[in-house]
Amino acid sequence: MPVTSSNDDPDKARRFREAALPYLDDVYTLARYLLRDPADAEDAVQECYLRALKHFDTYRGPAMKPWLFAILRNVCRAEFARRAAAPSAGIDDADEAAEQAPLWHETPETPEAQVLRDRDAAAIRRMVEALAEPFKETFILREINNLSYREIADTVGAPVGTVMSRLARARALLRSAWLAVEEQPK
Amino acid sequence: MNCEEAEILLHALIDGELDAGHASEVEAHIAECPRCAEAFAAYRQMSQAIAAADLRYTAPPALRRRIEASLPQARAPSRRAVLRGFAMGSAVSALAATGLVAIVLRNDDEQRIMSEVVSAHLRSLQAGHLTDVISTDQHTVKPWFNGKLDVSPPVIDLTGQGFTLVGGRLDYVDARAIGAVVYRRRQHVINLFIAQTPTIERRPAKTETIQGFNIRRWSEGGLNFWAVSDIGADELAEFGEKFQTAMQANKEG
Repeated sequence: MPVTSSNDDPDKARRFREAALPYLDDVYTLARYLLRDPADAEDAVQECYLRALKHFDTYRGPAMKPWLFAILRNVCRAEFARRAAAPSAGIDDADEAAEQAPLWHETPETPEAQVLRDRDAAAIRRMVEALAEPFKETFILREINNLSYREIADTVGAPVGTVMSRLARARALLRSAWLAVEEQPK
Repeated sequence: MNCEEAEILLHALIDGELDAGHASEVEAHIAECPRCAEAFAAYRQMSQAIAAADLRYTAPPALRRRIEASLPQARAPSRRAVLRGFAMGSAVSALAATGLVAIVLRNDDEQRIMSEVVSAHLRSLQAGHLTDVISTDQHTVKPWFNGKLDVSPPVIDLTGQGFTLVGGRLDYVDARAIGAVVYRRRQHVINLFIAQTPTIERRPAKTETIQGFNIRRWSEGGLNFWAVSDIGADELAEFGEKFQTAMQANKEG
């Protein structure tokens, strides 16, 4: 029967497509935050899927999303190395962060909660992107990609305790950025 | 517990990562330490604000196409070929095949939403987060939802039937505001999450267990329902049946 024969001869590309493509938006989101450049993010995601397909035969779990994220991190690391080799890449990043700061002008003396609620996605994104590594990555994996602590630990290859302290630090940094914006004069 | 420990663990409490024992230790510390209580409230608000603002990106369609194209298509039977394979069996199995694809996709999404529902349930069990409106009166809880949601969730008092209405709450699941009606069974909390569904298709109840919580899910009258609790599956089924019966009776009456 055709049904069984196609099951007996499982096709890697089809299985890969079904397992990995549903997470394309997740992988792209992480790439955008890590690389902060749409074109670089696209390249990194494509490279990530190529590598994932190559290693799909040896994939045994745990979950697809952390596995793809771990591959993406390696791709991004290569990209960071390339940028570091290019002159003044690191300084550019710092400048970019500094330039973004004045964009957040909110009415002062608004209660913290109100400010948090009113802040639009674009402003929050800029603040998240301005977080230092490795706190930014941990924060994004938790708050935006919705991974559990265990999955984050699997993705970044660190113990859960490290994930917890990084997350606490990330939130503390973000909170002070938030408060600083609030106090910033127009 | 001291402040240093609490500073780290309160995040795990916000994220629903603590087991019941540790959660209550952190809660006890927060209850008597104003500094940690303030931090906890601020971080929780921050988390909620971030969950409410959609910070995700969508992959550009061109990228999706490029990745699709880079996969070895020639060797892979296309989906059409797979379906043709089914069709060779009989017309019925072709139908079953398309149904299967739809079910697989939907389950994938459903699984994610289910685990979000469980997270929301866990969050609700944290100190002072269970209810936004506290009332055992359905005529107080129901109007409270007005203007807060795109649906008017049915609020049904089942106190007479062993499930006490405690109140209502606004929650976030699947990046959307969702209504939660809170019930108690003895010392156990039942969160009934209610969201609009694009179809009016009636779907029978299904029970699943995630992270030790039972979830009973059904669809009726254009609404999706998820009842989540740590009570046994049989009791949760009893709750779901009583709720559905009462909802039916309300509609007819």
